[in-house]
Amino acid sequence: MRQSFIAKNPSVLVFLSILALFTLLVTVFAEGPGAGLIPTSFVKTLGKTLCLCLIAIAMDLIWGYTGILSLGHFAFFGLGGYMIGMWLMYERTRLIVSDALAQGDIPPTEAEVVDAIGTQIFGVVGSSEFPVVWMFADSLVLQLMLVVLVPGVLAAIFGWLAFRSRVTGVYLSILTQAMTLALALYLFQNDSGLRGNNGLSGLQNLPGVEAPQSEVSMWFFWASALALGLGYMLAAWVVSGKFGSVIRGIRDNEARVRFLGYPVETFKLAVFTLTACIAAIAGALYYPQAGIINPAEMAPVASIYLAVWVAIGGRGRLYGAVIGAAFVSLVSTWFTGGQAPDIPLGFYTIKWVDWWQVILGLSFVLVTLFAPKGIGGLFDLLPRKDRT
Amino acid sequence: MKRLFLACLALICACQVSLAQTPAGSGPLQQLLQDNRALIEKSSRKTIGPVIDSIASSGLPQARSFLEAWQAKEIWQRKEDGLFFIGAEVAKRSYALSDPDDGAVVGDYDKGDLKQLKPNSGVRAMIATALVQFQLSDPDPATRAEALLAIERAPGAELLAPLRASIDGEKDPALKARKTRLALLLTIAYGADEAKRIAAIEGLSGDLSVDVRAALNPLVAVTVELAKEVPQGRNIARTLTPGEEGLSRNDAYDMLVAAGHVPKRTTPDALRQALAANIEGGRVAGVPVAQLSNELVREKVYEGLASDGKVPPFVGEDAITIALNRYVFFETYAEPSGAVTDAARQALERIGTKVALNQAVDLGLDAISLASIYFLAAIGLAITFGLMGVINMAHGEFIMMGAYTGYVVQQVIPNHTVSILVAIPLAFGVTFAAGVAMERLVIRHLYNRPLETLLATFGISIALQQLAKNIFGTQARPLTAPGWLDGAWVINDVVSISYIRIAIFVLALIFLALFLFIMRRTRLGLETRAVTQNPRMASSMGINPGRVNMLTFGLGSGIAGIAGVAIGLFAKVTSELGQDYIVQSFMTVVVGGVGNIFGTLAGAAMIGSLQKGIEWLNPSNTLAAQTYMIIFIIIFIQFRPRGIIALKGRAAGD
Repeated sequence: MRQSFIAKNPSVLVFLSILALFTLLVTVFAEGPGAGLIPTSFVKTLGKTLCLCLIAIAMDLIWGYTGILSLGHFAFFGLGGYMIGMWLMYERTRLIVSDALAQGDIPPTEAEVVDAIGTQIFGVVGSSEFPVVWMFADSLVLQLMLVVLVPGVLAAIFGWLAFRSRVTGVYLSILTQAMTLALALYLFQNDSGLRGNNGLSGLQNLPGVEAPQSEVSMWFFWASALALGLGYMLAAWVVSGKFGSVIRGIRDNEARVRFLGYPVETFKLAVFTLTACIAAIAGALYYPQAGIINPAEMAPVASIYLAVWVAIGGRGRLYGAVIGAAFVSLVSTWFTGGQAPDIPLGFYTIKWVDWWQVILGLSFVLVTLFAPKGIGGLFDLLPRKDRT
Repeated sequence: MKRLFLACLALICACQVSLAQTPAGSGPLQQLLQDNRALIEKSSRKTIGPVIDSIASSGLPQARSFLEAWQAKEIWQRKEDGLFFIGAEVAKRSYALSDPDDGAVVGDYDKGDLKQLKPNSGVRAMIATALVQFQLSDPDPATRAEALLAIERAPGAELLAPLRASIDGEKDPALKARKTRLALLLTIAYGADEAKRIAAIEGLSGDLSVDVRAALNPLVAVTVELAKEVPQGRNIARTLTPGEEGLSRNDAYDMLVAAGHVPKRTTPDALRQALAANIEGGRVAGVPVAQLSNELVREKVYEGLASDGKVPPFVGEDAITIALNRYVFFETYAEPSGAVTDAARQALERIGTKVALNQAVDLGLDAISLASIYFLAAIGLAITFGLMGVINMAHGEFIMMGAYTGYVVQQVIPNHTVSILVAIPLAFGVTFAAGVAMERLVIRHLYNRPLETLLATFGISIALQQLAKNIFGTQARPLTAPGWLDGAWVINDVVSISYIRIAIFVLALIFLALFLFIMRRTRLGLETRAVTQNPRMASSMGINPGRVNMLTFGLGSGIAGIAGVAIGLFAKVTSELGQDYIVQSFMTVVVGGVGNIFGTLAGAAMIGSLQKGIEWLNPSNTLAAQTYMIIFIIIFIQFRPRGIIALKGRAAGD
């Protein structure tokens, strides 16, 4: 079975080989374990890019294959980040606070430690009580389960409501966007229990780990690469079988698939929930590398960018999503990071920081108009032996 | 005789003094002043009261001008005989004195021969109070109104009598009404007669204004007190049980501590400190320090220390319960009369009901104005999205362009009224052109691919946003409303609405009418409806669908531009202005029902009133209101997926 799956999808093998080679190269040249040619900050950028590629695969599944333009997947991404961030922040604060309290004459009681952690974490929003949502923050296992459970359940409820009442097309897009906005606005409140617009910070430090950032960043890079590889295989497997045919059918003609007797809503809900979970895992790997998460990350515009990456990369093919996400996010980082040289025109100096967004926006328009298949479409131009 | 002699002596000695016609110091006011000379010379707030009262109530016509001069620090005492005069500076260090009784000029004196009466601010305030009774019956209505205003600002018990006395003589009906009302307010607060106070409270119980509530609230204000048993003869609101609503156990115990009845609670902090202070060789009372990481162990160790007398006895929950049971806690009114507090409470309840009703009206007005803002922002979208089915994510940026057009026009034309009148058509022109260009260059290629229209227009949206940032910078630009739109229409102390919101409401109505007129009465409207229903049929009837689509899209964009000018008047004009409205605008159209302008109106009304309603439930948190509103809308869409007003039959299409 597995043999035939790989055999049917040579692109999976190619992709995994390239990913493995890339990971190896980065490991060899990175600052931590390797030759030191790639600085730690760039290793983090690359690791984050891998996470973005993973969520792009989720987006490609839901949009490119199922035809549902969800503008809410970055909300699931952010929620995943929040879930892991809660444990990271709680545990790290607990260690720091316990150390500080142990300096006193008398060993602290548990209540004192919890109180001190609460003051440390929530002092910034004028509180010291632990909200209910932090109930499981002291347990890594539970919190890791929540990374998948919370976005998964939210996606399942939202999807069930939306698909059941046959909201489709652009209406669904607007509805998912509204959901994202509602979530972001909710998290912006100080009494949301997640520190309002301060978000969670200090996530780059693994509690109880003494290793320097150059090594920790490598671990996360490997984890991201592994997640991306597994996610790619999962997605390729999902779209290759009968399930994949059904969801492509839904994309191309939903009514016809329904008349053929398939429970369209169940299929859509399954894909929606699955992709939400993939997005959440990507987020849970992304934010420890970013170090900070706040509600601004979940603004509706982020999810539209996600759609744009997939569109530029070429939707309906998984490697297209990966290429789009990697290409656009890396180029954006380069241009907005101030590394690109300014172009003096004499009367006016073109600063890339200022004009990159304009170019990016216009390039969306051009890609949509003239290259609907995106960058991935270039591969169709290659001569292939199975094509006559 | 002696005084006269002294005066003559002074006259001879001081050569600059002109001849005095009448002997000074013989007038009745001067007499009164001299009787209280000691008090006046060392005037202080505590002692001067009776003197001022006796001057004010002397019935002398000259009393008022004397008090005014005293208040203005213009009274000088002649050192040689201690007589008081009104002085005016004629030259440096030289003052012309005049008699307080008849105003006769006594002569010019050097400053060295005089002593100025310098009443401090407390004394001046008392003089001002005394003067009120003169001002209240002043022939000039403006002065009387001013005096009333002064009383309103700083009410006091002593003002009640002069105020009441002046009511009967008042000729001006408006002022008389004000005086009567003010007298009632003062009676409530300071009146001596209980029946009169209750009558006054009842007389004002239908009044909505803030000052009535301000007068009544202190009457029903309570303080928590404690005693061994409930005292008799006090006006007690209710007794409290510690640990139940209104008084927590800790607060109650802290009151006992503050009153000195019981020792302090042993807080966890105090307990830890006491233990830390008693460490001996790594042990506290024989228990190793390492074991002290548990509350129960700590308490036990502490009690051990306490029985040795090293620390004060442990006061835990049990001790607190025992102590609290020995005392009663009750809420008591500062006002001793129970009848008055009852009347005040009932009056406040009646007022509260009325205020709530008026607040509902105010909330309704707020909701209408918010709805008209959403309607304005969404009406352009109702055309481009509702009629044409084009998802224009750059709609918000058209709103922003309109607002920036208004800003630029104001830089050129400084007159705000003229500049707004110029900006509105100009904003329409700019965004119309932008809309037409966008339709021709991008959207017309994507009519069959709605999801890709979304992406392409999103690209345009972020490009336009960044362009605006590059041109105008990131800080907010002002778009100032004309002066006649400042202020608010105040109906009473509860209900008011700012003129700018009324203007936006009117603008929204104008747009609604304009939209209906264009769609139902003009050739463009007819052609638009034809093209949106069936483009192929329309084109075979000789309509050019490309041209109609272009104009319709331009129209929708142009209206967004005008909405931008209106929104810019009250919101900050930044490059992100449009972004704030885009999601709400789409929801307005979707909730209302696509393809029907009345649906958009209903959608805006629903979203606006919902948001205000939720804000009213939780006024401190507008973010939460928006969150819940969006969630409500998501659920609403489940039940009416095609919006409030859904198209039926073929027009619904798909």
